[in-house]
Amino acid sequence: MCLKPPSIVIVDYGTGNLASIMNMLRKVGVAAMVSCDASVISRADKLILPGVGAFDCGMENLRRSGLVTILTERVSNERIPILGICLGMQIMTRRSEEGVLPGLGWIDAETVGFRNKGDCSIKIPHMGWNTVAVKKNTHLFDGIEGVSRFYFVHSYHVVFGESGAILTTTRHGFEFVSAFQKENILGVQFHPEKSHKFGMTLMKNWAFSG
Amino acid sequence: MLRLRVIPALLLRDRGLIKTTRFKKPRYVGDPINAVKIFNEKEVDEIVFLDTEASKRGRRPDFKLVSEIASECFMPFAYGGGVRDIGDVKTLCSIGAEKVIINSRAVAYPEFVREASDVCGSQSVVVSIDAKRNFMGQYKVYTTGGSTATKYDPVRFARLMEEMGAGEILLTSIDHDGTMKGYDIALIRRVTDVVGIPVIASGGAGTVADFRDAQTQGGAAAVSAGSMFVFHGKHRAVLISYPTQEELRTLDTMENRNETAPIPNM
Repeated sequence: MCLKPPSIVIVDYGTGNLASIMNMLRKVGVAAMVSCDASVISRADKLILPGVGAFDCGMENLRRSGLVTILTERVSNERIPILGICLGMQIMTRRSEEGVLPGLGWIDAETVGFRNKGDCSIKIPHMGWNTVAVKKNTHLFDGIEGVSRFYFVHSYHVVFGESGAILTTTRHGFEFVSAFQKENILGVQFHPEKSHKFGMTLMKNWAFSG
Repeated sequence: MLRLRVIPALLLRDRGLIKTTRFKKPRYVGDPINAVKIFNEKEVDEIVFLDTEASKRGRRPDFKLVSEIASECFMPFAYGGGVRDIGDVKTLCSIGAEKVIINSRAVAYPEFVREASDVCGSQSVVVSIDAKRNFMGQYKVYTTGGSTATKYDPVRFARLMEEMGAGEILLTSIDHDGTMKGYDIALIRRVTDVVGIPVIASGGAGTVADFRDAQTQGGAAAVSAGSMFVFHGKHRAVLISYPTQEELRTLDTMENRNETAPIPNM
């Protein structure tokens, strides 16, 4: 029996590497489309929420797109799988130190800025390739031999009250949360669409999972 | 921890890849899309594309080519050559370039760098500084593919670019370009001593040991190479290559391996 490939919609709210994400999905054999249309989003099997840039800019763009209601309906009520990338992941939290607007609040977490702590002086933004340490059982990294590494470029990171949703951590001066998974919601701080074989494997595993 | 980034620098001319020696004697080395596919396979950290003719000929960036590159390139890439206004910067970012490289325009109008970083974030703005020694042995900044001397010395210009909001400096020694005899460490050190933003060393790399020298002696945050990744052997046959992960691991510093504080909670 042939499994019907999922229809994935990449939400276009005015920010993010839309073309790169589309291209990578196409490369791994997944049909995807970019859309800002609520009726298209309402029919998707899975969603991707990309994002690059400042928190308030992202939240304001999302609000102006008129998509907050349909997205919240699909994600929080219907519980369809959604992948948040970089800023897309951060706007899922309750709030961010970077801005004044509230986040979507889909997860019990906040977004805070990287700071130098004590003797430890780190470069901000965190920019470049870094490794991830997997903290929970997951199939998302199946097929990757050895340690996974991904491309990061960000000045803010998410913090959780409790550790249950933390999927991976990464070290940049200290360990921060580089990916979380809470039921249908997967958030990654790094850019899989810029992380060649590592990103392709993760996207493929996520796209073809249940 | 973040590893030293090792970045192939690919020069473009009329949609083909070329390689130069001291910014002269361009030699065709292949098709850029093909090179991108090979570098994807080799798990390259990021790529720099520079259109060497755009400024000279008063041309704008080749957006069609950049889109083609973006559709095949699954790591970050930076694009430069002929970037003249904010529209160019926005277009390049929206079609998939992670970073935009500004060279001649930054010298003519330094405020442009601030405008670009205000629009796209300073992490997306790289200022490319090409430098060589004049007949008095002083370093000077050159523009327009190395053909036009400016009054700037690279150290002062790098400081100015940092103040204007550049996220990184791509520092190329014209004298060492294409020679594969090592970077101009003195030049790199002079610049890294005065700026806080990352400096990408460029011009002269021949071996992985050169990368290490640029990092430990020069203070470079990243290294770039052209000839080393497209030529092979003393007759310089065209062959696209990249160090193996084992070779790159020799560049990990002690700092990279430190254990530090645990995960912060709310």
